[in-house]
Formats: sequence, C-alpha cells, structure tokens
Amino acid sequence: MVTSDYLNDIKEIKHLMNKSSRFISLSGLSGIMAGMYALIGAWFAQRELQKVYQLQSSNYESGHYTSSADVTINLLIIAAIVVVLAIVTGIILTQRKARKNGEKMLDTSAIKLLINFLIPLATGGIFALIILQKGLVGLIAPITLIFYGLACVNASKFTLGHVKYLGFATIILGLIATQYVGYGLYFWAVGFGIFHIIYGGLMYFLMERTSK
Amino acid sequence: MSILMVNEFADFNMLKELLSITDGNLASHAKALEKVAYIKVEKQFIGRKPNTRYSATSLGRLEFKKHIEALEQLIKSSE
Repeated sequence: MVTSDYLNDIKEIKHLMNKSSRFISLSGLSGIMAGMYALIGAWFAQRELQKVYQLQSSNYESGHYTSSADVTINLLIIAAIVVVLAIVTGIILTQRKARKNGEKMLDTSAIKLLINFLIPLATGGIFALIILQKGLVGLIAPITLIFYGLACVNASKFTLGHVKYLGFATIILGLIATQYVGYGLYFWAVGFGIFHIIYGGLMYFLMERTSK
Repeated sequence: MSILMVNEFADFNMLKELLSITDGNLASHAKALEKVAYIKVEKQFIGRKPNTRYSATSLGRLEFKKHIEALEQLIKSSE
C-alpha cells in the first residue's frame, strides 16, 4: 500500500466528518453585505438620535414634536430592517454557494447550525428587550454585541471554525462598550458593521476566491 | 464510522446521502459493524414510517481512534 492511499483515507474521513456536521456553504460575501447594512442602519439611527437632541435643545421653537417613544420605535424598526436584510441576503448568497458546491442548502448540518446560533441570539434579543423595558437603555448595545458574539462562538462548531474569532471580537467589543455608555451606536457600527465587513472579506478572499 | 464519530447518531437516509451508496451496500456494511459491536442500531417508528438510527459504541470509538492512529503511523513511517 502506498502512502497516498493512507492520506486519501484520512482525507476522506475528515471530509465525511465535516460534511456531516459542519455547514460549509456559509458565504463570506454575506458577512460583507451584513456589515454594510449595519453601517447604513447605524447612519439612519444616528439621524433618529439627532432628532432627540434637536428636540431637547429647541424647546417650543419647532412645532415638530418627536417623543422619545417614537425615536425608540424608529430605532427598533431600523434594527429590524437591518437584521432582515442581512438574513435574506445571507440566505440568497449561501444558497448560491451551496448549489455551486453541489450541496443542498437546508440539510442536517444547516439546521444544527441555525439552532445553535439562534439559542444565544434569541436569549440576547429577549434580554435586550427586557433591559429596554427596565430603562437601562445604555446597556442595550453592549448586550446585543455580547450575546451575538456568544451566538457566533457557539455556532462556530457547526460551520467554518473561524466564526469563533468574529464571536470573540464582538464579545470583547461588547464588554468594552459597557464602559462607554452613550457611545453604544458607534460600538454597534464597529461591531456589526466593520467587524463583519472585515470578517466577510477575509473569508471570501481566503476561501471562495481560491476555489474559482 | 467517520460520520458517527462526530454526530451523536445518524439515521439510515442521512448516511445513505452522505456516502452516496445504495441501500443494500449501506445495509450490509452496517450489519457488519453491528456484528462486531462498533455501532448500535435503534429501530423505531416516526408516525407510521419506520426509522433506523445508528450510533457509535464506545468500543467503536476506541477502535476508530486506533485506526486513525495506525494510519498516521503508516504515513509517518514511509516519509
């Protein structure tokens, strides 16, 4: 028996292990797009927040009254739009990549990935809403970053392992953000925007470019 | 065995799809592995459809690890 046979054996084993447990069609492009949506969303959110500042400083001069509840709702709407756009784009791009690999998109490993990603994420989302209810608005941005990071770390076992690092970075950013309450939006923009663009870009160039 | 090492269990259809082999081929290999107690077979009904689930036994895991180590040794020694 030749060495190459043994090497092929090991390669085959590793391939089967990955194929059955990791979702390998996750597209790096979706990371870049998600990052861009986040940055755009942050820009709109910034404008919403400006309205609050203008309100407080202009008193009765402007007849246009935006209550802070409206602002909160608008911010939530912006956040929801960003998330939905990111998910939809992610699905479309990943489906394309899965078809290129000859894999079905929604197989066992994809479902496992989704469940493991969504558990910490949903928990974080609910927790953030609770925090909002309690009035600790300044902690919302750090909390969402931290839980999102935890979700990434957990999901990394079920897809490309590098997601772990995006997770770590986001967690650390979130923890740092707790010390700079008031700059939550900027941390959000960096964490969800810039980090994702960098991560998505790296993944795309490292993995998808070379296979063409 | 590779698939069962990293998944708690796998059912017949999942294995068939991942390995791209026929029903009969999979069945006979599974029987062989079951005979030496490397894997455990669970048959149940999901609704009205029969479902066969496989999982690796501790003996199976041990033997698989030994197999991998042996492969690595062989590769190293011929370099």
